[in-house]
Amino acid sequence: MRSLIPFRIRPARHGKQPEFGRAEPPVTRARVAHDPAPSLWAYRMQRVMLTPYLRRFLRVGLPVLAVAAVTGLYMASEERRNGVIQVFTDLREKFQSRPEFMVTLVSIEGASVELADAVRSRLDLNLPKSSFDLDLEAARARIEELDAVRGAELRVRSGGVLSVLITERQPVLVWRQATGLTLVDETGHRVAGLFERADRDDLALIAGEGADKAAPEALDILAAAGPIAPRIRGLVRMGDRRWDIVLDRNQRILLPEDNPVRALERLLALDQAQDMLARDLASVDLRLPNRPTLRLTPYAMNELRRANGLEPLPEPVETEL
Amino acid sequence: MTDLYQTQRAMRNMRRAAMQRGVIAILDVGTSKIACLILRFDGEARLREVEGVGPMAGQSKFRIIGAATTRSRGVRFGEISVMNETERAIRTAVQAAQKMANVRVDHVIACFSGAEPRSYGLGGEVDLEDGVVTEHDIARVLASCDVPDIGQGREVLHAQPVNFALDHRSGLADPRGQIGNRLACDMHLLSVEDSAIQNLLYCIQRCDLELAGIASSAYVSAISSLVEDEQELGAACIDLGGGATGVSIFMKKHMIYADSVRMGGDHVTADISKGLYIPAADAEKIKTRHGGLFATGMDDREMIELGGESGDWEKDRRRISRTELIGIMRPRVEEILEEARSVLDAAGFDHLPSQQIVLTGGGSQIPGLDMLANRILGQRVRLGRPLRVQGLPQAATGPAFASAVGLCLFAAHPQDEWWDFEVPAERYPARSLRRAFRWFKDNW
Repeated sequence: MRSLIPFRIRPARHGKQPEFGRAEPPVTRARVAHDPAPSLWAYRMQRVMLTPYLRRFLRVGLPVLAVAAVTGLYMASEERRNGVIQVFTDLREKFQSRPEFMVTLVSIEGASVELADAVRSRLDLNLPKSSFDLDLEAARARIEELDAVRGAELRVRSGGVLSVLITERQPVLVWRQATGLTLVDETGHRVAGLFERADRDDLALIAGEGADKAAPEALDILAAAGPIAPRIRGLVRMGDRRWDIVLDRNQRILLPEDNPVRALERLLALDQAQDMLARDLASVDLRLPNRPTLRLTPYAMNELRRANGLEPLPEPVETEL
Repeated sequence: MTDLYQTQRAMRNMRRAAMQRGVIAILDVGTSKIACLILRFDGEARLREVEGVGPMAGQSKFRIIGAATTRSRGVRFGEISVMNETERAIRTAVQAAQKMANVRVDHVIACFSGAEPRSYGLGGEVDLEDGVVTEHDIARVLASCDVPDIGQGREVLHAQPVNFALDHRSGLADPRGQIGNRLACDMHLLSVEDSAIQNLLYCIQRCDLELAGIASSAYVSAISSLVEDEQELGAACIDLGGGATGVSIFMKKHMIYADSVRMGGDHVTADISKGLYIPAADAEKIKTRHGGLFATGMDDREMIELGGESGDWEKDRRRISRTELIGIMRPRVEEILEEARSVLDAAGFDHLPSQQIVLTGGGSQIPGLDMLANRILGQRVRLGRPLRVQGLPQAATGPAFASAVGLCLFAAHPQDEWWDFEVPAERYPARSLRRAFRWFKDNW
């Protein structure tokens, strides 16, 4: 605590002290002009500074305002604004073009050699390129435009390698069109063209307009064919609406629009019981579910009539229909 | 009288506003020191957090967040004598307290000890209109007290109803709702010099503060240093201050008498200074460090260096024994106590059922005062210290701060005063619009 005595001892005489003998003692007490009271304006100032709103403003508002004002003034000039933007873009570019982020190689996995070449040409990246500049989504979309590619997965691996993992489409059917042969996968999507049917004689043949879109149904029918499978030459899509099964000896099985597999199963049951398809039939019409209809070949028809004691039918006349 | 109502009510409203804001300052303008405390009112929270502080006296409603004291200047006998010096001292204290509290205060409640307080006992009687005492009846009976001539240039400081009597039953604290025919009341009125209040008001306004209340130091130091049963059973509090010694008598928790003796610790200091030819500041130091009232054989051998900077070796090396110092101090203290005794006698303290006397204030710290007071004032004397309140710094818990602490309690729990009741319609001027309004309000 400060002393309550408002005096301070001060040497009375300044300047020269005697050269010998005792130094002059401090003899007088000088009144020290010191007033502990704050001046009126200091007091008022302190009170103003203790005002809660002002304190909050000084602590928060004023720094914010100052920073905003400085930034605003600095950014007011177009030139400096561009300079600042330039600095930031440069920094970003420098960072992005660091060797750690450069992609130099493309590795393609899960594709045959020809497809890999096609993918590579399709990717069309002029490497090396920074991984920040690569648009992997767009590249993936470009690759997936290839018919033979079902899905692609692109990722940038460490060491600057862009790894492309490709899932190929597997052809399950051959589609014959007027323009040529096409390999089709289980969804009916084109996989590739085909020059010779004999090149892929392991695959079943389909034909007709819209056959590719109904490929899943065709596969179901083929799977249900069972015992007659070796005899099937192919399936024909009729009027883009229903299937015909073409067997050897030009036999045809006309399947209905709805539930073709069920109809085929019933036919197979008939075949198993009466060995029907081995007979001299031209076609089996299953389009009406409660009335399967057979058409015999002309020879068989005549033989039947003859066996029943009837005249053989005359030779059919070719008419313009 | 209406004027008094208005000023006191204005102060009361200001005090309410300050309590709404939660911060109010307490200013004890004494002769030797000016103390400023800053109170924060924050409800009844944090009860019983501090050991020994109970809720009973309302001291748990507030917390002291700033305290400062400074040497008083320009105050003599508890009255302001040099305005701008006092103003600067008040500013010093308020600024330091604000700095400690880190909050700005605008309202201040002040107390002072001097200004020749005079007590008056007033009585009034009214017939009840409908047999049940209502608030309106209390206002009427208070208004029916005829004010004595308090003299030119004097102002009413406190006017507190102390007792109500209903028919033949007396000693009612709150007669509202009781049934009777005739209501009488006793009121204690304390008047002080008008100029002292004006000076204090001016000083406080010069410090950009607003006065939200004013109290007599004798009253508030009794509030803080008399314990509850002493206030109830009757006791006198003698506040030995620097320039004035306040005397107040309490009975049934109401102040019934207050006066002051225009002598205090500063006179003891002046005696020492004159008797020993030393500066007042040194005398004050010697008094507080070595002072006493009863000399023993040991004190003959305890020598006190007087010191001094006069340059005269003989003068500066003087030593006195403690007995000599006691010999200077004792007559003055005796004189003060005898004056207090005569004040108590004049007030009829002998006739009270309880004769308890409590000594407080900075002067009560003189060693041996209680024994001396026993001889002069009677056997039932004790030294009182102010109540403990939350947040009060250790340095401000001594008896010298009795009036400051009492003022805190006064701020938190003011006594009902005359002006807290509505003025009955009859007291308004005859053709007043307010009188008409009041008539409607009372009768419809």
